[in-house]
Amino acid sequence: MSEDASPIWAIELSGLVKSFGSQPVLRGLELKVKQGDFLTIFGPNGAGKTTLLRILATFMRPNKGQCKIAGFELNKQAKEIRQNIGFVSHDTLLYEDLTGYENLKFYGRMYDVPHLEERIAEVIHQVGMEARLHHRIGTLSHGMRKRFAIARAVIHKPSIILLDEPETGLDQHALTMLTGILDSLGPRRTVLMTTHNMVQGLKLANQVGILVRGKLAFLGEKPTEDVAAFIDIYQHFVEVHQ
Amino acid sequence: MREFWGKVFAILWKDLLLEIRAKEIVVSLLVFALLTIIIFSFAFEPGPGRIGIVAPGVLWVAFTFAGVLGLNRSFIREKDSGCLQGLMLCPVDRDVVYFGKMLASFIFMFAMELIIMPVFSIFLNLPIFMPGLILIAFVATIGFVAVGTIFSAIAVNTKAREFMLPLLFFPVVIPVLIAAVKSTALVLDGSPWALLWPWLEMIAAFDAIFLVVSSLIFQYALEE
Repeated sequence: MSEDASPIWAIELSGLVKSFGSQPVLRGLELKVKQGDFLTIFGPNGAGKTTLLRILATFMRPNKGQCKIAGFELNKQAKEIRQNIGFVSHDTLLYEDLTGYENLKFYGRMYDVPHLEERIAEVIHQVGMEARLHHRIGTLSHGMRKRFAIARAVIHKPSIILLDEPETGLDQHALTMLTGILDSLGPRRTVLMTTHNMVQGLKLANQVGILVRGKLAFLGEKPTEDVAAFIDIYQHFVEVHQ
Repeated sequence: MREFWGKVFAILWKDLLLEIRAKEIVVSLLVFALLTIIIFSFAFEPGPGRIGIVAPGVLWVAFTFAGVLGLNRSFIREKDSGCLQGLMLCPVDRDVVYFGKMLASFIFMFAMELIIMPVFSIFLNLPIFMPGLILIAFVATIGFVAVGTIFSAIAVNTKAREFMLPLLFFPVVIPVLIAAVKSTALVLDGSPWALLWPWLEMIAAFDAIFLVVSSLIFQYALEE
């Protein structure tokens, strides 16, 4: 929606620290993601992937460090950041007693989406849920709910998409559809995805990161297209930094 | 300003629609309040001398505990469905969420009060229609939900959330409850409106202060 205001760096994190009590989760994380990049972050359980995404989604603030998203400072301009991000997580963030249409209408109104009815029709067509638009979310299968969740996340045409293990509950067809939807947001959209699925993560990304113990052990261009070779690289970085 | 209230009403619309579908809050409030009134009406034999002493307390015990039940459900429903995150992701100031949730809680609680009042009158041999009582319930409920909404948002992130809300909430809302009980006693005694106004003014002042303060600090209640 506010793509014109987007900087060259879609995400800039510097010295990011986040602890829960005395337990440090992110330990001085440095990360820069260029506008238009698709970055997949891999990492073992407890590496801090979900915490990182929750900070980027403005759910929580870091204890220390600089965080700039879509050109806006996290500590001062969280509202502006939220206008520019779309978030797909394990939870669908949809109301089960409302229909898909009512959910999208509610979120569309909250995001001030212009020409909302047309936009709902457009995203529903993209996720292939036209026939279920007026069904209550609670009556749909997990995969169908996830498709509505994707429609919700992109209804305001965000310039940055955050995907927290999006493949959970999605079949192969739906994953291909997700790629199509991300492409439809234009070449300047930026995606940051966390996943354990090496095949999908490697296939979709042009940049990869390996997060170990709250720090990026590796960040850069995809070192290889070969999944087996990448698993070796991944295990090497995890063992060295664990 | 129009944009602000448009989003407040979007949250209100969503909560009303959810309640029409699930009937989760209003029904539980009504059942609880009704049971309280019935039990008290059997415990205290209605008589001319006793009504003025017992009835205001009975009524506000029913309203207060049913109201806490409703406030608890307001954020627990959002949290348990994972939709609280969806609300937090919306690019709106947090006071939009506060006013949306507060208005919904007000409508649920005031609707319950309007239904319970005639039942209360029948059980305790009082006049069915008492405009003074409706006015007291209206202003006191605003204060009640103004404070309750913020404590409900705080309590929902704690482990003992159902127990935590009344623990945090009652010490703050006591001035409203005292004024509501005292003014209700005056209405049931048939006292003139002039005696009622100071209590109503006190509740209105509490409402104004807590609406402003709560909307300003609500963002800290929502953060993880």
